[in-house]
Amino acid sequence: MHATYVACHECDLLHRVRPLPNGGTALCERCGAVLYRRRDGSLDRVVALTLAGLILFCVANAFPLLSMRLDTNIQEATLLTGVLHLWDQGMRELAMLVLLTSVALPGLKLVLLLYVTLPLRLGLRPPGMAPVFRLVRELQPWAMMEVFLLGILVAMVKLADTADILVGPAMYAFAFLILALAGVTACLDPHAVWERLRTP
Amino acid sequence: MSAPARTAAQAGLITCHSCGLLVRRPTSGARHPRCPRCHAPLHGRKPDSLSRTMAWLTAAIMLYAPAMALPIMTTTTLTGVRNDTILSGVYYLMHSGMWPLAAVVFFASVVVPVLKILVLTYLLVTVRRGMTRRRRERTVLFRIIEAVGRWSMVDIYVVTILVALVQLRALAMIEARAGAVFFATVVILTMLAARSFDPRLIWDSQQR
Repeated sequence: MHATYVACHECDLLHRVRPLPNGGTALCERCGAVLYRRRDGSLDRVVALTLAGLILFCVANAFPLLSMRLDTNIQEATLLTGVLHLWDQGMRELAMLVLLTSVALPGLKLVLLLYVTLPLRLGLRPPGMAPVFRLVRELQPWAMMEVFLLGILVAMVKLADTADILVGPAMYAFAFLILALAGVTACLDPHAVWERLRTP
Repeated sequence: MSAPARTAAQAGLITCHSCGLLVRRPTSGARHPRCPRCHAPLHGRKPDSLSRTMAWLTAAIMLYAPAMALPIMTTTTLTGVRNDTILSGVYYLMHSGMWPLAAVVFFASVVVPVLKILVLTYLLVTVRRGMTRRRRERTVLFRIIEAVGRWSMVDIYVVTILVALVQLRALAMIEARAGAVFFATVVILTMLAARSFDPRLIWDSQQR
């Protein structure tokens, strides 16, 4: 419609869209916000990283993240153990919040992102791609797996004085999952996806 | 561009909040216009931005005191019972010798929530008054608090993991307490407040 112009989403100033070199980023001349980028081949990378992320997500949830040894007692914890204990302690709202932000929404985001990007890459058009991609963008701030990783580090430090902490297999998967998610965020170009979604 | 800069609003255009497409402002008649590309509802500015931000922010400020004052977790060991608040947790980490980690946690759980509340209050007041100075700085402030807000959740996750691991009935037990619920609610409320605020309102006041 007015694809030759773009308005800054933070200060509303109109800019004429100019061609960028590969890897370039256009900033708003008034407030400095990112207007658009150009990343050739970013869709391939997003599809690959999302697939890798989904596999790592399954591994990270299936195996113990950490275990604690105190004398002869060993306690193992997966991603979901804490949620279950919080629920049992009567902290149901807190359990639901942690479940949503650290497992359910990140998982949903990965699945939905693959639903949009993989068919786009293959040139297919499954139904409802536009609303699904809108949902992916809406979920972005509420999926907080990288914050959870920082939480794990802090918890390990807090327990290190009193007990032996053993790192489980899921911990490695989790760490690589965070890298994959960061890669997806860096490579994903929403404007390019929207452009492709419009032109059949 | 040397000519006076024009905004989308002045040119009679609307940016779709969801996909960023520029659309001509629909003439009266269509009651609920939608974006032709992504089908999201179209608004020139985020709807009721200032009132909504103020509502979320007021709720966050009211819950802030109990969030900091009440214990977020209780540790029961053979030697006794210990209650931890957000602040005592940071204090403990500082004395464990992990300075970089302590600094990150101090920033995420103490500085960020206060900063978000102060900055959003400042932005609300200045936009209401139509202040035209320091618009770029205020936009950058908004960008920062929107980006770092989620990291305040770190203490909630620490409690979750400690609760998961320390369940050795006879020796040691960690349980979550009400302070954690209040603190998590404050974080969510300030995130909602930041998301309802439309930074373009900072720039609207200059237009005559």
